[in-house]
Amino acid sequence: MQTITLKIINEVGLHARPAAEFVKAAAQFKSQILVRNLTRPSAAVDAKSILSVLVLGVEKGHEIELTSEGEDEVQAIQSLRALVESDFAGKF
Amino acid sequence: MTDELKGIAAAPGLAKGPALRWDRGPQEVPKFVPANIPAEKGRLLAARRIAIEQLHELTDQVVEQTSAAEAALFEAQAMFLEDAALVSKAEAVIDSGVNAEEAWHQACEFYAVQLESLPDETLRARSADVRDVGQRVIEILTGPKATPALTTQKIIIARDLAPSQTAALDRSKVLAFCTAEGGPTSHTAILAKALGIPAVVGLGESILDVQNEMMLLVNGTTGMVTLNPSSDLLADFDRMFQADNEQRDHDAKFALEPAITTDGHRVEIAANVGNIEDTRLAIEHGAEGVGLLRTEFLFLDRNQPPDEQTQYSAYRTIMELMGDRPVVVRTLDIGGDKDVPYINFGSEANPFLGYRAIRISLDHPEEFKTQVRALIRAGAGHDLRIMFPMIATLGEAKHARELTQEAMAELPFNAALHNHDVQMGIMVEIPSVVSMADQFAKQVDFFSIFTRF
Repeated sequence: MQTITLKIINEVGLHARPAAEFVKAAAQFKSQILVRNLTRPSAAVDAKSILSVLVLGVEKGHEIELTSEGEDEVQAIQSLRALVESDFAGKF
Repeated sequence: MTDELKGIAAAPGLAKGPALRWDRGPQEVPKFVPANIPAEKGRLLAARRIAIEQLHELTDQVVEQTSAAEAALFEAQAMFLEDAALVSKAEAVIDSGVNAEEAWHQACEFYAVQLESLPDETLRARSADVRDVGQRVIEILTGPKATPALTTQKIIIARDLAPSQTAALDRSKVLAFCTAEGGPTSHTAILAKALGIPAVVGLGESILDVQNEMMLLVNGTTGMVTLNPSSDLLADFDRMFQADNEQRDHDAKFALEPAITTDGHRVEIAANVGNIEDTRLAIEHGAEGVGLLRTEFLFLDRNQPPDEQTQYSAYRTIMELMGDRPVVVRTLDIGGDKDVPYINFGSEANPFLGYRAIRISLDHPEEFKTQVRALIRAGAGHDLRIMFPMIATLGEAKHARELTQEAMAELPFNAALHNHDVQMGIMVEIPSVVSMADQFAKQVDFFSIFTRF
């Protein structure tokens, strides 16, 4: 199992397009991936579900915790971390 | 008793008539204990598939008819329909011995209520999308709820109108829209403007107390709605309404006449347009040409740039609508406030003056040439002129010209298929261009002067 904490630097937080992008990236992995909003405390939810991610209400500056478990758990965490830390590749 | 409500003026115009509530009302979701649990899950799956298909069709329709922004909305709804957490929530409820409609309703509400409670406004607004998509699936499962029959003209009253509701509306019977919620960019406002129907949105809960058939006066220009107007008010309104109509008829009658000043000067009146619908309106109102076609409508609200063929068909439709009248097309002007997800702009202190418009185009020559080729093809047999935005230096003007000529050279000379005889101009919107106008004049065929209003 892999766990990391990330700070969201994206201007609009995890809404609409960034959330969709995040969910699509998570869906590429076989591992179970859970995400939790640490700033506005929430339960850990399925990172592959757009609605679950939206209801976390992640805004700019919030911290999220990512957990992955499964055969590709390391790649999954690395890939999502890169996406978030690159500010969604500057796409939004 | 006469009462007045103030809302947000969403689409201009005056209307008088009886009210009709167009709310879905309290959702009546059928509830029963299903005989066969797997069959119930099968019903839900089938209904979701149909709903996804409907949304994809609606996406295509609105792309053609109205706007890419609306299309993105339907695409987002389709994504919700495939959400694993939502589906497994609904299936878990079915497993507990509940029918598909009720289970789906509960699952959607579970997320809608959570979204509603978030502090962020954009996220809160998604709750309406979840409910709309929920209702769509329930209607597929139960058969559509009888929509109020519109046999005579009415003023439609609703909490907020969702695209799936207005799609079924007989638009010739709608005098005006009044909604409790929504802002100037809500679906209702966008639709009403496109249809030329007056609309007032954001009227608050009070508008929902209006009963069917109550007489209303709607002023979509000021945002005022009058309930049960007194006879004096009605008479005033009739006078305004008549004057408004007369003015409109008068304007319409002379719209197609040439514009000549009292001292005999003829002035060419051309329109600024931003999509196909605008172009139709411009023709109706007597435009003698298009002075500025903004091409951003093809590029915004999508995840990748439109290909040459997509651009060609939109430009071609506009050129054909305009016939032999001149059309000045501005090449892509993104950046500044008009961001697109597929180009990395980086972050800037003042994006309006920074990396945008022609500077982006010159850095992405292939995309720029794709647009030029689409234009050269669409302009065959028409008076097409190409204009470059945000030119600051002679070098940029020269570079844009060269790239345009390169793109033209990629298409064979054939007047029936391609327009190789295109004027190239620049938008004058940066002070340096003004002070060097004489030198720019040698580089380009025309200037467009950028003014606000």
